[in-house]
Amino acid sequence: MRAMTWPQRIMWLVIIAVVLVWSLFPVFSILMTSFKTQAGLFSGTLLPTEWTLDNYATILAPGGSAPDLFLPALRNSIGISLIATFVAVVLATLCAYAIARLDFPGKRIILTTALAVSVFPIVSIVTPLFNLWRVVGLYDTWLGLIIPYLSLTLPISIWTLAAFFRQIPWELEQAAQVDGATPFEAFRKTVVPLAAPGVFTTAIIAFFIAWNDFVYGISLTSTDAARPVPAALSFFTGASQFEEPTGAISAAAIVVTIPIVIVVVIFQRRIVSGLTQGAVKG
Amino acid sequence: MRADKEPGAKPKKRRSDRARAEARLGWMLAGPAFGIMLLVTLYPIVQALWDSLFSLRLTAPDDREFIWFRNYQVILGDPAFWQSMGVTLFITVVTVLLELIIGFGFALVMHRAIKKLRGFARTAILVPYGIITVVSAFAFFYAFDINSGGYVNSWLSWIPGFDENLNWFAYQGTSLTVIILSEVWKTTPFISLLLLSGLAQVPGDLEEAAKVDGATGWEVLRRVILPNMKAAIMVAVLFRTLEAFRIFDNIFIMTAGANDTEALSLLAYNTSIGRLEIGLGSAISVLLFLSVLIIAGIFIKGFKVDLSAGRNS
Repeated sequence: MRAMTWPQRIMWLVIIAVVLVWSLFPVFSILMTSFKTQAGLFSGTLLPTEWTLDNYATILAPGGSAPDLFLPALRNSIGISLIATFVAVVLATLCAYAIARLDFPGKRIILTTALAVSVFPIVSIVTPLFNLWRVVGLYDTWLGLIIPYLSLTLPISIWTLAAFFRQIPWELEQAAQVDGATPFEAFRKTVVPLAAPGVFTTAIIAFFIAWNDFVYGISLTSTDAARPVPAALSFFTGASQFEEPTGAISAAAIVVTIPIVIVVVIFQRRIVSGLTQGAVKG
Repeated sequence: MRADKEPGAKPKKRRSDRARAEARLGWMLAGPAFGIMLLVTLYPIVQALWDSLFSLRLTAPDDREFIWFRNYQVILGDPAFWQSMGVTLFITVVTVLLELIIGFGFALVMHRAIKKLRGFARTAILVPYGIITVVSAFAFFYAFDINSGGYVNSWLSWIPGFDENLNWFAYQGTSLTVIILSEVWKTTPFISLLLLSGLAQVPGDLEEAAKVDGATGWEVLRRVILPNMKAAIMVAVLFRTLEAFRIFDNIFIMTAGANDTEALSLLAYNTSIGRLEIGLGSAISVLLFLSVLIIAGIFIKGFKVDLSAGRNS
């Protein structure tokens, strides 16, 4: 790469600064709110006039009023989202591979179904599902959320992976087979390494979708046995009925945001270095 | 294309055997995902379609009566429904357009940024997508809402004519502004990520060749980069549009539908779960579903990208 001139360097620094402010400012804003005292909430300033950790004590400390609400919710959200992501990505990879590579009757139906499933409003799926789950005993359980989460994560996974598999040259696999590899070996040695970045990107998207769900979470759970974070946030009404829960909700929002930021920081390198690798195919 | 790839046609019979084996393998691989999708959604969808034909309130379950399409007649004749439809369309068009522009910019930054800053930029760009919509809704709500100590008004007070006591959530236009802002902030990374994967697929030598031939940056973008990203753009815009059309969480948190900000899925939710009018609510859901299907159809036709064409394309 050519050495950069000073104007170029400055341009990049400005661009990155703009990106950082845009992306992180709302998070910073809610972080600041989480440090405000009850009285300081109404100062009308971004920074707290008086700093406090009370809001974190409220939601985390054993003596606080809400640890029973947020800590189990955090555990539920992480567990349920991870399982749903794993299952969805495995099934979607097989399905997308078949759609991109094999000729068989019905693949158009599969793609169309996936689209139809992902466009049907959750709001209207949830009422019948609520009744069914009560009957079969899945209401307020992990499995009772994992299954509907699959309906959220499978369609997008199938579509993005099918698009991704299509970019991988078919000839590579054929060449490997000509060289004496079995179809499975050809798949493992040529397709898997090229597809890994796509699978990875898809997994991240699927995880975020499951992690983000709100409607299923508020409708299909009733206790901390399965209630996920977004539902817990919206149900939290304050330490006492006379207090606005603004500070505590902000603190909880920060706590639940930390795991996802860690995920992003760890995986961003793999997603994108993978993506560019996949592109070498030309 | 296909014919070129398979020189020396094989005997017919063997070929159909192979086709059958391929079909079996195809369904073996694709079947489980297909089965689960049907399992989770088929029953509720059929149930919703069925319920939409009844006059059914949970407050009076015994008065359940089959009324054919009267629910649809009621809804389609109700100005509140069309108001919701208008709001939903407005939010969808504005957010997707803004996100496409900002998202493409971000994708370029992620793709081109100098090495030292790249990881930084990528992490920052992806963060909003990891933030739960409910959380980002609260972040924007608390920043703008004067009743919970929002600071935005004091920041904007230098603008001539700006009323420092403006209550953002008391009017339709201002509420929608904040709702759209939070939606754009939250979901732009989704578009950027898919556009980035598309950018990565643009052959670098083509770009170089165009530049050598004296193409301007704009021409390279229009003639080389964008055409090669068509599939990625389609998937990104399609899924974002469908999602934006069903916007729910941030409106629920910020206004709960007050001041004519009730988008369609909130209308369906408020009708079914708020007022327990299951029949009417289901009919709204079905109409929402149909609208979304129409949008999807238009997109797929418009972009002329066929993912199922597979290796034959």
